[in-house]
Amino acid sequence: METNEKDILELRNITKSFDGKKVLDDLSLSIGRNEFITLLGPSGCGKSTTLRIIGGFVRPDAGSVFFEGKDITNLASEKRNVNTVFQKYSLFPHMNVEENIAFGLKLKKKSKAYIQDKIKYALKLVNLEGYEKRNTTALSGGQQQRIAIARAIVNEPEILLLDEPLGALDLKLRHDMQQELIRIKKEVGITFIYVTHDQEEALTMSDKIVVMNKGIIQQMGTSKSIYDEPQNAFVADFIGESNIIGGIMLQDRVVEILGVKIPCVDEGFAEREAVDVVIRPEDLEIKPEGEGFFTGQVTSVLFKGAYYEIKVYAEGYEWVSQSVSAPEVGARVGLYVAPDNIQIMHKPKSEDAEMIKE
Amino acid sequence: MVRLKNAFMKCYLALILLFLYAPIFVLVVLSFNDSRSRVTWGGFTLRWYGELFSNRQILEALRTTLLLGLGSAAAATVIGTLGAVGIQAMRRRGYQIVMSLTNIPILNADIVTGIALMLWFVRLMPLGFGSVLAAHITFNIPYVILSVMPKLKSLNLSIYEAARDLGAGSVYAFFHIVLPQIGSGILAGFFMALTMSMDDFVITYFTKGAGVNTLSTMIYGEIRKGIKPEMYALSTLLFAVIFVILLVFNALSGRGKNTDDVIERSR
Repeated sequence: METNEKDILELRNITKSFDGKKVLDDLSLSIGRNEFITLLGPSGCGKSTTLRIIGGFVRPDAGSVFFEGKDITNLASEKRNVNTVFQKYSLFPHMNVEENIAFGLKLKKKSKAYIQDKIKYALKLVNLEGYEKRNTTALSGGQQQRIAIARAIVNEPEILLLDEPLGALDLKLRHDMQQELIRIKKEVGITFIYVTHDQEEALTMSDKIVVMNKGIIQQMGTSKSIYDEPQNAFVADFIGESNIIGGIMLQDRVVEILGVKIPCVDEGFAEREAVDVVIRPEDLEIKPEGEGFFTGQVTSVLFKGAYYEIKVYAEGYEWVSQSVSAPEVGARVGLYVAPDNIQIMHKPKSEDAEMIKE
Repeated sequence: MVRLKNAFMKCYLALILLFLYAPIFVLVVLSFNDSRSRVTWGGFTLRWYGELFSNRQILEALRTTLLLGLGSAAAATVIGTLGAVGIQAMRRRGYQIVMSLTNIPILNADIVTGIALMLWFVRLMPLGFGSVLAAHITFNIPYVILSVMPKLKSLNLSIYEAARDLGAGSVYAFFHIVLPQIGSGILAGFFMALTMSMDDFVITYFTKGAGVNTLSTMIYGEIRKGIKPEMYALSTLLFAVIFVILLVFNALSGRGKNTDDVIERSR
């Protein structure tokens, strides 16, 4: 297997277990130069372990890590051209802001003038000019995280690893910091590998998202492709809210759901193949009774700010719809979905499903 | 009613303090008494202190006590700190077992520890300063571990990883990042070990061999011959030194707590 010139990092067949429990199962992943890539998944999916293997804090049981084509699997973390922004800030509490940022540069024996320049530049980059002499323990969470970013960036790493860096911040600050991170990424022009369980955060910031579950990559792609075309029910369920229903593909462009034939745009499935059908809540339209594919009763209407979340019970299934106008609770309505808003997926390749097949 | 209750509580407290400190107070007073009698006050004098410091035997015992205290505390601090770092890194089961084992020497009767160490040392070396030092290091280690452990537990381990990530080797990261965070616990452990060493009589008595005397074994030997007022003066000094060390120890542990609070609040 040849490494692509454009790729900066490659994980090859990584396996890792803790206490006999498999956390990563034969994981392979290539990361392109200057990409903003996000590892996304629920807690325990192996995303943090993957990051720690790249950072050099964890050794894989099997498999290799390549950095610019060179095997760095057994290289100590201080020798890697990679820096990490940790979840809990991890600033050195007995040092002030300046000393924290200078830590890596002093170890590299840089000149005083160079270090001063770098500190200035880094504080400007994270919008904390003039904070040099501040005590780190007196800073707010958001400020501490900015300093942690500055401390990592001054070492000019080829790759910046970010382990749920915004997890401890409140919602408003998190949104601001997301924009900040995108800006910083553009300014320094290096590869960002970002770990989060927050799908909205992943969709906002990433060039590429890697959805993980149970130590296996479920899907890899741009935000749009992952949201619009989830490849299995796990991804569809994890990325945003969805109506996921079992269906049967009758022929190209026709799927049968709960006994109703519905036109769609998907082709190439086997005849009468059992599939999962995903309909996003914003794509499920509420129509007057008698129109649409299903008829049901509105069970709840919740005001969510920009839209209403409407639940409709129809054909033994509770559908979720989002709409700017709300019907009455208890009203009978029709449900409709446009053909190109239906996403058809093969049944997920879970371990259990495979075992049954074999 | 409440006032009565308060008054009663204050009396009770005063009584306890009286029982604890009155004997020591009497001892201190007697050390300044210009009379060999234990019941009559013959006026204030520093004579006994003067005699104390011209007594070569006593000065020798003082030197031994200080050397023993500082030496054993220093050695136990290094061993105990490294031990605590290792224990902290253990998995839960091993951690619990080792921590329980660590507590046993503290709870064990001194006389059992003393005899056991003596039996052990007579096989290895002639009893003397070396064997007492080894004994003191041994019983001091658990105290160091116990005072370093809470500091290590509250340490955010990712600051160690952050240092490694920024280019520090494991030794550099330990000394420049971890050590400053647990420093107050280590110092507290050192002073705890120092007081324990100076305080000890039983274990020292069993492991010292002939010719070596610390202040406490010296006082014991002298008192058997008949109580001389110099011994009051010596005991007063011993009390004063340990009291001061305890004050330092409390100040240190108190300070550690405050910085932790600051960190906690800023999160």
